[in-house]
Amino acid sequence: MDPVRSSVKHTPPELKVATKRTKKALTKDHLMAIGFLTPSLILIAVFVYGFIGWTGYVSLSNWNSLVPDFSFAGLQNYIYLFKDFRFQADLRNTLFFTILFILTVIVIGIVLAILLDQKIRQESLFRNIFFFPMALSFVVTGVVWQWLLNPSTGVNLFLSKIGLDSKWYTDTTIIPGVSWGKIEFGIPVAIIAIVIAAVWQMTGFSVAMYLAGLRGIPEEVREAARIDGASEFQVYWKVILPLLRPITISVVIIMAHISLKIFDLIYAMTGSGANYVTDVPGVYMYETTFRGNYYANGAAIAIIMLLSVAIFIVPYLISSRKGES
Amino acid sequence: MKARKLKFMSLLLVLAMVLAACNSDSSSGDGKKDKDAKLDIFSWWTGAGEEDGLNALIDLFKEKHPDVKVENAAVAGGAGTNAKAVLASRMQGDDPPATFQVHGGAELNEGWVAAGKMEPLNDLYEEEGWNDKFPQDLIDMVSKDGNIYSVPVNIHRGNVLWYNTKVFEENGIEVPTTFDEWFAAADKLKEAGVTPLALGDKEPWTATQLFESTLLGILGPDDYNKLFTGELSFKDDKVKEAAETFKKMLSYINEDHSSRNWQDASQMVANGEAAMNVMGDWAKGYFVNDLNLKVKEDFGWTETPGTEGEFMVITDTFGLPKGVSNPDDVKKFLSVLGSVEGQDVFNPLKGSIPARTDSDVSKYDAYGQETIEDFKQASLVPSLAHGSAAPEGFLTKVNQAVNIFVTQQDVDQFIDSLDQASGELK
Repeated sequence: MDPVRSSVKHTPPELKVATKRTKKALTKDHLMAIGFLTPSLILIAVFVYGFIGWTGYVSLSNWNSLVPDFSFAGLQNYIYLFKDFRFQADLRNTLFFTILFILTVIVIGIVLAILLDQKIRQESLFRNIFFFPMALSFVVTGVVWQWLLNPSTGVNLFLSKIGLDSKWYTDTTIIPGVSWGKIEFGIPVAIIAIVIAAVWQMTGFSVAMYLAGLRGIPEEVREAARIDGASEFQVYWKVILPLLRPITISVVIIMAHISLKIFDLIYAMTGSGANYVTDVPGVYMYETTFRGNYYANGAAIAIIMLLSVAIFIVPYLISSRKGES
Repeated sequence: MKARKLKFMSLLLVLAMVLAACNSDSSSGDGKKDKDAKLDIFSWWTGAGEEDGLNALIDLFKEKHPDVKVENAAVAGGAGTNAKAVLASRMQGDDPPATFQVHGGAELNEGWVAAGKMEPLNDLYEEEGWNDKFPQDLIDMVSKDGNIYSVPVNIHRGNVLWYNTKVFEENGIEVPTTFDEWFAAADKLKEAGVTPLALGDKEPWTATQLFESTLLGILGPDDYNKLFTGELSFKDDKVKEAAETFKKMLSYINEDHSSRNWQDASQMVANGEAAMNVMGDWAKGYFVNDLNLKVKEDFGWTETPGTEGEFMVITDTFGLPKGVSNPDDVKKFLSVLGSVEGQDVFNPLKGSIPARTDSDVSKYDAYGQETIEDFKQASLVPSLAHGSAAPEGFLTKVNQAVNIFVTQQDVDQFIDSLDQASGELK
């Protein structure tokens, strides 16, 4: 989870010294550290892991009305979801949103970071401009982009004036639209609008990460490559980009957990969309739990979302632990 | 090192204080059981007219009972989307508000009454002599198994077709009352380059409302009601006919319907982009207060096709939850709410009509007066889209089916999903 760590991996000696020292002094300091950690450990155990467990328990129950009913339902809620048109559409939307979002954020991030790294004037001004959207909340971004992209206002009004199609924002087409389960599988056209808004907001972050990464690469490496006769393009493609791999991994992890859990941006911007072309599990979970009172179904969606994020996070945590020890 | 320890200690202190604060918070929650407990009135009335109405009502109550402390505990969010979630967690945490807004019908009866969270109010009705002041159909909507559970404060009508009078005049269109007339008018408008029907289904309940009024228009009130008691199957031919008609109506709507909400759709009618829309009569408040249109001059209304003499009721009611510390104060508030004075102070501001049949008609505008008359004579049916006809669980699934149908327009699949969802009704 710590993006900075991977970029400063080449400073392990200090770390070793620290561990040696604590091993020697297994006395007051050590005990105090444990003492101070205990309250937060207990709080996290109860309020994070305890509630995850509770949600898992609810997801296996029959609690699908205002009256709590904890009788065991087995995997019924999960089976219902995977057969449900809306949930299948949610999985498709999340998948393509995540792929498009992460790819765009990385590509634009690298390009802008490289441009910023050319020792230009007013670099900090540009850095701030790119980073600033991060300071907004997704809800604000959603409302603004909703106005910008709405067929009857904003950008699309201009597009339709010059005779171009302005309906893509509410388009229900799926490309290529292969029939799969109950849904058509492919990229929903309308989700591109959400990707644009999300990229606008989050690119600043990847720019900052890559810029830090670029600054961490010693000038000697580039010099060496140039002396070996590499063109400027080759320097970047063959030397710099491979060295930025740890940054890319961090960016992917962070962006993936944002996009898999996304709720506020979509809720504010397009809602579920016609035929659920922009629906995501987060929105479905909210509606089914708090409007339909299907608590067990909602809990099942929450658990599936947790597992989908875990697919990205757990291998990262394991590899970063290995890297430390 | 010392400085760091000091920092840790102060952090610990802060943590302890936070914990202490949480603790005192929960003890003040218990303090609600005290005698001087506040009367918190829970609703989602935060919009312009409705908030004024609620405040006027609270002022009237304060005037009559200056000794009771009242708190307006409204939670913002249209159609109660956020408020209902807050309410659910408060009720389940056994911390109910003193009284709360709930739609009469299934939302009350199959929701909170079935969950055993409401006190019956039969004695209050007898005391106040309300049993013949509210229409019997309406009292039935807030009753379960012979007990009455809430007091209706207002009535909104769901089956209203609004139209732009100028657009109708320019194109020589008579106000349609049957589906045949409606489709003929729609064809004429389409040829003239006007969008016949405005829809804004970014939130899917608006499309569900269009569907429910189509359903009512084709089935009639008796069969419509039977759908929700399980006496008539959703596989019935008439439901199919309603779905086909709904589908046909959808071919006359604006293309960007899914990015608009009901206000946007009403605006299209107001500025003549579209000729008609189907919306509850809160749209009148929007036309008059927000868009400065004149009743009857700029916009007109009629029942949705085939529903003349029928009244799709959306009623906001307030009840007495179990486990409140001050039930007598709540009853005092409910008796003000149910009085002629209370209803007449609230409804003109909110833009709805009173639930009582003996209110002062002169306080209402032309639309209100006409609707009050209709309300007395028409047969009342509960709205599906607003949670009165069936439980929220069923409604959620109907909304999903409708959202899919608006795009895919597959009648058989739509009927199948409605039929499957109707399993929720038992």
